[in-house]
Amino acid sequence: MAILVYIENIAGAFKKSGYEAVSYAKAIGDATGQPVTALSIGKVDTGSLEGLGRYGVSKVIAVNTEQLHQFVNQAYAAVIAEVANSIQATTIVLSNSFSGKGLAPRIAAKLDAALADGAITLPVIKGDAWEIKKSAFSGKAIATQELTAPIKVIALTPNTIEAVEAQTTVEIEAFQPQVAATDLSTVVKDIMQATDKIPLPEANIVVSAGRGLKGPENWKMIEELADVLGAATACSKPVSDAGWRPHEEHVGQTGLAVSPNLYIAIGISGAIQHLAGISSSKTIVVINNDPEAPFFKVADYGIVGDAFDVVPKLIDAFKAYKNH
Amino acid sequence: MKILVCLSNVPDTTSKITFTDNNTAFNTAGIQYIINPYDEIALARAVELAGNGQGTITVIHVGEAAADPTIRKALAIGADQAVRIDAYPRDAWFVAHQIASYAKTQNFDLILTGRESIDYNGSLVQGYIAELLGIPSISIAKKLDINDSQATVEREIEGGKEVIQVPLPVVIGTAEGVAEPKIPNMRGIMSARTKPLEVIQAIDVPALSHITHFDTPPPRGNVKLVDKDHVTQLVELLHSEAKVI
Ligand SMILES: Cc1cc2nc3c(=O)[nH]c(=O)nc-3n(C[C@H](O)[C@H](O)[C@H](O)COP(=O)(O)OP(=O)(O)OC[C@H]3O[C@@H](n4cnc5c(N)ncnc54)[C@H](O)[C@@H]3O)c2cc1C
Repeated sequence: MAILVYIENIAGAFKKSGYEAVSYAKAIGDATGQPVTALSIGKVDTGSLEGLGRYGVSKVIAVNTEQLHQFVNQAYAAVIAEVANSIQATTIVLSNSFSGKGLAPRIAAKLDAALADGAITLPVIKGDAWEIKKSAFSGKAIATQELTAPIKVIALTPNTIEAVEAQTTVEIEAFQPQVAATDLSTVVKDIMQATDKIPLPEANIVVSAGRGLKGPENWKMIEELADVLGAATACSKPVSDAGWRPHEEHVGQTGLAVSPNLYIAIGISGAIQHLAGISSSKTIVVINNDPEAPFFKVADYGIVGDAFDVVPKLIDAFKAYKNH
Repeated sequence: MKILVCLSNVPDTTSKITFTDNNTAFNTAGIQYIINPYDEIALARAVELAGNGQGTITVIHVGEAAADPTIRKALAIGADQAVRIDAYPRDAWFVAHQIASYAKTQNFDLILTGRESIDYNGSLVQGYIAELLGIPSISIAKKLDINDSQATVEREIEGGKEVIQVPLPVVIGTAEGVAEPKIPNMRGIMSARTKPLEVIQAIDVPALSHITHFDTPPPRGNVKLVDKDHVTQLVELLHSEAKVI
């Protein structure tokens, strides 16, 4: 029995959600007395691999095959399953990131494993049956799933547990997987990565704006506010439908579900479909000129006022706070 | 080109979500069902790709007869034929096995699902089907084009996107950007009544997990209002009370 945690990298750098997955795996390891092995696929330098020891990983398996320098869903799933088999892992943890969502079902199918998708809690272990909670009905409910199969794959929702440091010494092993040519048919042609931006699913703070902003030209102040706070920007559905903002920013029932520490909603009415995607945020701030806007009913803090008046003042206030 | 579009039948987005039987089952009383919004995007793109006699579209749903209106709507939007696997759609693992087992006999070039269903939000069916069929899959497509026997797909990644090329057959989960959902017209609605809807028996699939119960998130609220002329007070509250900055 062993625990395998797959940690994703972007251009060679491990992601915050990956360290969260490592800490999650470590917590299961501590509870069940199993060692945690981390798996990295791609071109990652030794320093970063050794750095995993800070999070309690005692062994890192590094796959640096040239054919796998770019993400190929099918091949990565095969490699993760192969490594899981080789170390006889009965628990496989990964982040439920965009790529993780593609990998998890394929890995689970290969291993005949039970899959906890979008886990938001550590497992409650009752012998072979593990209970794990996930968000369901787009944030309107929480479902408790019981995993009964002997092998378990857990895809952890980003931002639900914090990465915690637990220094250990780490041993790095290079691994040469058996990659079938048929698993490599997908070719990455181009990657457009905004490296200066904080990815929305991982952001601790999200500044979101809606139709109340009147037009795309008014997003400058939203971006400035996000900048001051080190936040990601988001928007309501009509805003991305109108092309004011890119689709990636659309949050809600039919967009991205996010759970930041702080969600600031500006000029968004708070329709049920919007709330579905943001209601697990820890703190919600609403700025709206309509005191009857439904969003105030779920907010922790609110300002009734015109966004064009309030947001510039808020930028100044946050700047003053940061400088102080 | 033969396209298969997988449909999930989900509660309308305005539904109030409650549970029965000691919170072990979803309360379906009074719930209106719709085609999963992401599946509507998949279907709309299928209709575009199959236009001008360039392909045929089969829609498939795993579920009971109560879902037939949802299937008919998909036929009205433009699918040519429908298949319903007659079983309660217990979970994604079960559903994917049914679809893969049907697809094995049909040689589809393209299998589309929504990126996730809005009830259990799994994003699992596409990956399971692809793995069971041994073909590639793409979980969250924002754009999808087909040229000859290749799909070119823009895939969402954290903080960016990736353009990938993949040979058919492939399973793709669609999201916004792939197509605008289509509203059926009168002619579509009329013709949907006579289009074939085949009902097939389900195969057995051992369960690996199940949902034991549901909770509703604790109610939020009790908003603390801050005066618009004293916004520094908000900054202080976020720092010292909410402790989020
Ligand atoms: C199937 C389906 C799925 C959907 N999925 C989603 C989803 O995933 N995400 C989503 O967001 N929506 C979704 N919607 C749409 C949703 O129902 C709402 O229409 C949408 O959220 C409204 O966006 P909004 O709040 O930006 O705009 P509006 O509802 O137009 O609200 C604008 C708000 O701005 C305020 N305002 C105006 N001027 C100012 C000002 N100067 N200063 C401050 N405030 C101002 C107004 O008081 C109002 O409250 C979905 C709808 C359907 C039918």
